Amino acid sequence: MYDMKALYEAESVSEAIQLLQEHPEAQIIAGGSDVLVQMREGKRAGAELVSIYMIDALRGITMEDDGTIRIGSLTSFSHITKDPIIQKYINVLGEAVDMVGGPQIRNIGTIGGNTCNGVTSADSASTLHAWDAIVELTGPEGVRRTPIKDFYIRAGKVDLKPAEIETAILIPKAAYEGYHGHYIKYAMRNAMDIATLGCSVNVKLTENKERIEDARIAYGVAGPVPMRAPHAEEYARGKALTEETIDIFSKSVLEDINPRDSWRASKAFREHISQVLAGRALRESIRLAGGEIHG
Amino acid sequence: MADKQYKLVTCTINGVRRQTMVDVRASLTDMLRNDYQLTSVKKGCEVGECGACNVIIDGECYNSCIYLAVWAEGKNIRTLESLMGPSGELSDIQQAFIDETAVQCGFCTPGFIMSAVEILESGKEYSRDELRKLLSGHLCRCTGYENILNAVEKTMKKRLAMNHEV
Ligand SMILES: Cc1cc2nc3c(=O)[nH]c(=O)nc-3n(C[C@H](O)[C@H](O)[C@H](O)COP(=O)(O)OP(=O)(O)OC[C@H]3O[C@@H](n4cnc5c(N)ncnc54)[C@H](O)[C@@H]3O)c2cc1C
Ligand code: FES
Ligand code: FES
Repeated sequence: MYDMKALYEAESVSEAIQLLQEHPEAQIIAGGSDVLVQMREGKRAGAELVSIYMIDALRGITMEDDGTIRIGSLTSFSHITKDPIIQKYINVLGEAVDMVGGPQIRNIGTIGGNTCNGVTSADSASTLHAWDAIVELTGPEGVRRTPIKDFYIRAGKVDLKPAEIETAILIPKAAYEGYHGHYIKYAMRNAMDIATLGCSVNVKLTENKERIEDARIAYGVAGPVPMRAPHAEEYARGKALTEETIDIFSKSVLEDINPRDSWRASKAFREHISQVLAGRALRESIRLAGGEIHG
Repeated sequence: MADKQYKLVTCTINGVRRQTMVDVRASLTDMLRNDYQLTSVKKGCEVGECGACNVIIDGECYNSCIYLAVWAEGKNIRTLESLMGPSGELSDIQQAFIDETAVQCGFCTPGFIMSAVEILESGKEYSRDELRKLLSGHLCRCTGYENILNAVEKTMKKRLAMNHEV
């Protein structure tokens, strides 16, 4: 038995909002792979929960009329990886969430939970940052949209207003069209492990595939919340596909990142692998985009 | 908790429609073990790490220890008990675990086998590395991983060969 005070089950988004208004102390539970574990640990013991797990309308991936990719917040990791829209336009997201935990965790864990937990090591977070994802939130006042970088306030704290729930993650067409990307999870084990560092890079090459038109890079565990490395991105714009470009790009990330010492790894080690992973992920992104790196 | 809160949950378990009142605080492991005596569903870590409580829900594997019993409403749930034939025969994958000495204390076995069932029913052929990844949500304290992989791989190959002949 879980140590919970009460459970309120919502069958629709409006019902969930109403339940959250009626029970202002209640916490949202989606797949529960964070919430239930923390309840067992005692951190959330005695809490009231509003379950949104049965709201099937929040599951699935669709393409909107303007080309925006819409990922329902309850879509599980395994369904994201298997989805043809994801595979075609933003395959790296499917690959990134395929590195979460093990198979059973990927069937229960949702992208909504992975972003609303505000955790820097969340495997979807760096890729969503690197692809300019938009978070759609629905609350008593209606629907609002916020860029994912503004959604994260501090470690474990995201911009969810009272009685609001995340209803979708949106990837606008301009954010994915022509881009190819790669995610690297650095962890001690190949499965069932939390990232020591996560690095997601993507590039858009010029038409002749000689230069980088645009590059984006984001990290998990390089700071208290997932973050972009704007210095590296700015440097890369317009550069030729050379070893020098990769080298300077990788070094520039140190201008932005701010990792810390933890039991998993030291700050110095994280700074080191941040550069190594930036270079590897950029190299692979260029390859996926059809570019060739010259000496 | 002031007043106990219960809910009527109707679902299909191992092919039979079942209904019971559950305490909303119960996990699916609690319900399967206590209300339906399906003791192949083990209580290991109870925090989603070890896979001992793994069952198939609507065709996908879940750790039932971190799945609320009330979420079973309307679902089709399968546990290891469903693999037994009408006269108590073992299924091919269970027999393979015995033949390959993939069972030591046996605590992890039902969970592993249910993941194997999902793998085998996909009808796909996987490489050894892919199988390793597909089984990575399970811990075996007796560390018989190679034998477990052998059992799953051999059964996969046998079934694929049989399908070929048909
Ligand atoms: C064994 C194990 C291994 C794991 N390994 C990894 C890993 O490798 N990588 C990784 O990133 N994570 C890992 N996790 C953590 C977890 O699986 C993920 O963070 C998952 O995405 C959480 O999703 P959920 O639906 O289960 O969230 P829940 O536990 O239901 O919720 C998580 C948080 O988000 C809030 N929330 C959830 N959905 C919404 C919503 N729609 N609107 C508003 N608030 C919401 C909840 O209130 C809660 O605070 C692991 C967990 C376990 C148990
Ligand atoms: S008992 Fe459920 S995963 Fe360990
Ligand atoms: S056989 Fe003992 S835990 Fe696996």
